Amino acid sequence: MSRQYETVIGLEVHVELATKTKIFCGCSTEFGGAPNTHTCPVCTGMPGSLPVLNRQVVEYALAVGLAANCQINQYCKFDRKNYFYPDNPQNYQISQLYLPICHDGWVEIDTAAGKKKIGIHEIHMEEDAGKLVHDEWEDCSLVDYNRSGVPLIEIVSEPDMRNADEVIAYLEKLRLMIQYLGASDCKLQEGSMRADVNLSVREAGTSQLGTRTEMKNLNSFKAIARAIEGERKRQIELLEEGKKVIQETRRWDDNKESSYAMRSKEDARDYRYFPDPDLVPVVISDQWIQEIRSRQPEMQPEKMARYQEEFQIPEYDARILTSTVHMAELFEKTTGLCGKPKEVSNWLMVETMRLLKEHEQTPEDLCFSPENLAKLIDLVAGGAINRTVAKTVFERIFKEDVDPEKYVEENGLKMVNDQEALQKTIEEIIAANPQSVEDYKNGKEKAMGYLVGQTMRAMKGKADPGLVNRIVKECLTK
Amino acid sequence: MSILKMTALELGRKIRSGDITVPEATQAVLERIRTQEPAIHAYVTVDEEGALKRAAQVQARIQDRTLVSPLAGVPVAVKDNLCTKGLRTTCGSNILYNFAPTYTAEAVLNLEKAGAVVLGKTNMDEFAMGSTTETSAFGVTRNPRNTDHVPGGSSGGSCAAVAAGECFYALGSDTGGSIRQPSAFCGVTGIKPTYGTVSRYGLIAYGSSLDQVGPVAKNVSDCAAVLEAIASYDKKDSTSIPRKDLDFTSALVDDVKGMKIGIPRDYLGEGLDHEVREGVMRAAGVLKDRGAVVEEFDLSLVEYAIPAYYVIASAEASSNLSRFDGVKYGLRAKEYEGLHQMYKKSRSEGFGPEVKRRIMLGSFVLSSGYYDAYYLKALRTKALIKQAFDKAFRDYDVILGPAAPTTAPKLGESLKDPLKMYLGDIYTVSVNLAGIPAMTVPCGTDSGGLPIGLQLMGDCFQEKKIIRAAYTFEQTDREGI
Repeated sequence: MSRQYETVIGLEVHVELATKTKIFCGCSTEFGGAPNTHTCPVCTGMPGSLPVLNRQVVEYALAVGLAANCQINQYCKFDRKNYFYPDNPQNYQISQLYLPICHDGWVEIDTAAGKKKIGIHEIHMEEDAGKLVHDEWEDCSLVDYNRSGVPLIEIVSEPDMRNADEVIAYLEKLRLMIQYLGASDCKLQEGSMRADVNLSVREAGTSQLGTRTEMKNLNSFKAIARAIEGERKRQIELLEEGKKVIQETRRWDDNKESSYAMRSKEDARDYRYFPDPDLVPVVISDQWIQEIRSRQPEMQPEKMARYQEEFQIPEYDARILTSTVHMAELFEKTTGLCGKPKEVSNWLMVETMRLLKEHEQTPEDLCFSPENLAKLIDLVAGGAINRTVAKTVFERIFKEDVDPEKYVEENGLKMVNDQEALQKTIEEIIAANPQSVEDYKNGKEKAMGYLVGQTMRAMKGKADPGLVNRIVKECLTK
Repeated sequence: MSILKMTALELGRKIRSGDITVPEATQAVLERIRTQEPAIHAYVTVDEEGALKRAAQVQARIQDRTLVSPLAGVPVAVKDNLCTKGLRTTCGSNILYNFAPTYTAEAVLNLEKAGAVVLGKTNMDEFAMGSTTETSAFGVTRNPRNTDHVPGGSSGGSCAAVAAGECFYALGSDTGGSIRQPSAFCGVTGIKPTYGTVSRYGLIAYGSSLDQVGPVAKNVSDCAAVLEAIASYDKKDSTSIPRKDLDFTSALVDDVKGMKIGIPRDYLGEGLDHEVREGVMRAAGVLKDRGAVVEEFDLSLVEYAIPAYYVIASAEASSNLSRFDGVKYGLRAKEYEGLHQMYKKSRSEGFGPEVKRRIMLGSFVLSSGYYDAYYLKALRTKALIKQAFDKAFRDYDVILGPAAPTTAPKLGESLKDPLKMYLGDIYTVSVNLAGIPAMTVPCGTDSGGLPIGLQLMGDCFQEKKIIRAAYTFEQTDREGI
């Protein structure tokens, strides 16, 4: 390659909001109901039905906009985007074009290359479409409108990103921010967060943007990174061959690690946007903004800093503990109960992470209660169980959220601190292993380890290892 | 007095006093429908069975005094663009030839709460697009006053049904004059209320920002009573307005002393039939004699109302009607290959020429490159027209004028020249653009015996003023009825 190229990337991120009901009707937003059970005349586009805006959607959009340092359009409107497709029951989507709720903001990302601000062009509110199911067997298509009318916000970035690292960092940043706000669970795999990548390349040093393509169907951070690399290469190859990049929408196939054109600009639709006459303008008062602002929770960067400062947790650990709201909540609640932040951090960072990996789960899947982890930590600290036993008990907590006190009691796992009983067992073991005693006396330190091991085995692991060591040593040196 | 000659309120009184039962009244009107329909064709669907069943239920509730409304038990006809649960609702279109809604429109629900008995669904111009009821896919409706003539439109079926005694009152909808113009042509009384007064939930939309549901009745008192029954604040309609002054019957006062009435000179000029002009001026004289201060003034912008109206209404309609696609309900073409052909064929077969014309017009004015020049300009014109009315209502309580430039044209005359038909809406569309209330009352007939309608307009939320003026006129000028 003779020339140097720069990649320019902007993102359109759709986020499904965590409201209980849909954006324009009272139907449930719950995922996974039987087809067309979470529907009504409004979200199935029945003649004569009318939309009524869900106030919570505006509140979530405002919360995200404020967290992303956006300007707020205090007079905003909904517009109709007209296009025919069966997943869209009215054949228009209610969205915002002319006056979106938020605009001109930014978020700061942190990559190996340092910190950088990514501009937010706008955030707008809109409704999701239903789902088409193609029945190959019957050769027909079916529509499920359960998702129709689920509220979305679309976050449109400026073309400020230059590589996949920045894109992933930006998405991570949005994901964390929105999760912290409670506005969405932002799961890429389940589609509650969806990113379309707009990408163009240009010769390094030039300021004019190249022709861009839009990439859809990106279901994981890994797919996004691969798609960016693939598309960058494809565009550069075209330019190197003296060909032109065509402005088009492409669909990424992550299995084939390649993309194909869905539609080009020539057949770009004219959406005939116009203000929806069924909805009244949304007027957002200063007071409303102030209320949302005052309700904004502590965000991840602040929380991370506080963990380091308040609990003396190392930066790396603090980052992991705050990487999901769920994990941070577990940490804070458990710490509040047992007062041992370092112990809590330790259990979360080591055993929890190990088990998550083993079960191929994410921190969001954690289902144990802070109460039970706190009890476990107290049991260890109080000498009731040793660490080895504690690890097995924790596995039960991890899986089934068992009450560790009950579990230890019921399974007889309490540490045996009865010195007399221990003394008796050790004496029996020494008597049964004269060779080891002999070896020890001849200077073989290892022999004592063997005797300690035998004792622990006889005690079924429930003895305090320190105590066993001491008594064995006393007996041998007698 | 024969049951069929009674007004809705008169029948209501007889029903409550026990002189007439609801099934009796219902049977009488169903019989009337049977004899009249071959000549008039006011209905798309008559629900005999449902009406009789309902009549018996309502009768029981009137007897045990759980229903005491003045309209309890009075049979009503409903325009076929208002959803009625389980009862076919076609909008006068092939594309909804078999559509039975899953819910009932709020305005109809309000009537049902008041004990109304729904007789059936009345004919209309397809999707309320037209001024003659000739664009209906289910055949024309004839004017009961002279069956060679149209009843007007688009609520032609409702107005003809009232005029022919095929119901005691009816519901219509008015987007650009669709209650007032056919009321004038059929010699009945109709009100288009202030935008936001009657819920649009369940009214199959034509031009959402202009549509209002309103009553069509035999006289002003019935109109006021029906409006009182159907008006309500409805959370399901974002454009619904909470009002505390919905006691419209309190305005049935026979006195206009000191009321200031303005007649726009712009409404009396070229294009206005001289007999209609005379009828309207005579009515103005009646009100003047009763003590109103009547004068002429210049309203201005009248010539811009029609283009602005057709741009806005068509733009909204092009989007509102896109849901009729053969996917979920209504007509689907029998043979097609693939999704796009299904859309195309279903919509080509389902919609009539006038609807197609307005969908194309509306799609055009919303297209990129034309949006500013047409749609935005029309919205600005709409705002200016509202301002012109605001200014006029600083000087006048009521604006008086004709409802239409002519009396009812002959069948078949209008469809030949759609532009001429559009121009016939000149006195009605401004009211919808401004969102203000207006009503028509009969004020005599032309030399051919066809009714002339007087239109009275009020400022937003001033229905009571126009009802009072209309009532006073009606009480004074009995010959108009």
